[in-house]
Amino acid sequence: MGDYIVLAISCILINNILLAQYLGQCPFMGTSKKMETAVGMAMAVIFVLVMAGLITWLVNTYILVTFGLEYLRTIAFILVIASLVQFVEMFLKKSIPALYAGLGIFLPLITTNCAVMGACLININEEYTFMQALVASFSYAVGFGLALILFAGVRERIILGRVPKPLQDTSIALVTAGVLSLTFFAFRGMV
Amino acid sequence: MAKTLVQEFTKGLWNEIPPFRLVLGLCPVLAVTKSVESGIGMGLATTFVLVCSNILVSLLRKVIPPKVRIACFIIIIATFVTVVELVMQAFAYPLFLTLGIFIPLIVVNCIVLGRSEAFASKNNLVRSTADGLGIGTGFTLSLGALGGVRELLGYGTLLGKDIMPASFEPFTIAIEAPGAFICLGLMLCIMNLIGSK
Repeated sequence: MGDYIVLAISCILINNILLAQYLGQCPFMGTSKKMETAVGMAMAVIFVLVMAGLITWLVNTYILVTFGLEYLRTIAFILVIASLVQFVEMFLKKSIPALYAGLGIFLPLITTNCAVMGACLININEEYTFMQALVASFSYAVGFGLALILFAGVRERIILGRVPKPLQDTSIALVTAGVLSLTFFAFRGMV
Repeated sequence: MAKTLVQEFTKGLWNEIPPFRLVLGLCPVLAVTKSVESGIGMGLATTFVLVCSNILVSLLRKVIPPKVRIACFIIIIATFVTVVELVMQAFAYPLFLTLGIFIPLIVVNCIVLGRSEAFASKNNLVRSTADGLGIGTGFTLSLGALGGVRELLGYGTLLGKDIMPASFEPFTIAIEAPGAFICLGLMLCIMNLIGSK
């Protein structure tokens, strides 16, 4: 049990997927201008990432490794993720249309969100067991949500400040992300 | 209004240079630019995938049904990424190890899918090739430049050679995650400054 907690903490804080592993930057920059979309994106990613992590682990262990097809991993994983995202999209369109409209283009873009694919690949590369993969996927997704929501809060304030013209928008956002990443950097000494 | 082939190529070098003008595909940009060498290696791998997938998407653009086009594009891209992955593993193993999971992650690089969707699916073979080459070259140059800045600040070297004076104290932070964000943000700012004049 203790091992799982250590794994969770390391995945959420120390190896934060956005700020330390550099994955999932497009939605990080794209959906963080407003708190609402950031929360929606975080939820969508948590849902998709946990399911994708589990399914890709099963596909890898029981299909790819069993039949010696590891070289097809990239293609197999992206297919699993793409169909999952399609499913989530249909589900949201039906049941929560407001959120669906809010997320707009970024929902289909989860397919090309490297956080999802990256976390799945890390699970395989680290040779996690099924339970470890479950904990790690969930923690990576929570870490993603945490960083995204924190960042959205900061960005909403930046709009009120006076930023020099060339630094505006993405440029200042990147520098801010750097400072946020610096704070997460401090967690490294923890485990 | 048709643009010439040269314009199709050169727009990728300044007007639409990724990742500065199109803020897409940031993950490899931040992750593998710890040195010039790995930055350029990543850039070349992406360029190969970009050009090949642009060619194939452009050839198949009348065959692919619009409703499932994204899925088709992704499969095409994934195929070429697998090719790159296996070739690198065979012929450039040290680079393969440095780039790590970012090679399979070319699949989910928004630039590649973005060009297939926005350009190759609407234009003919020659123009799509020029577009792929242009954007790819721009991407490689940006990665090389960012890699250069971070390598210089973080290690005091360039392409592995010491060029800073001996009294230079390396900013270790530049090669870590925070440095990546800040360097990219400041480079974007400089590009905006030049562009606005």
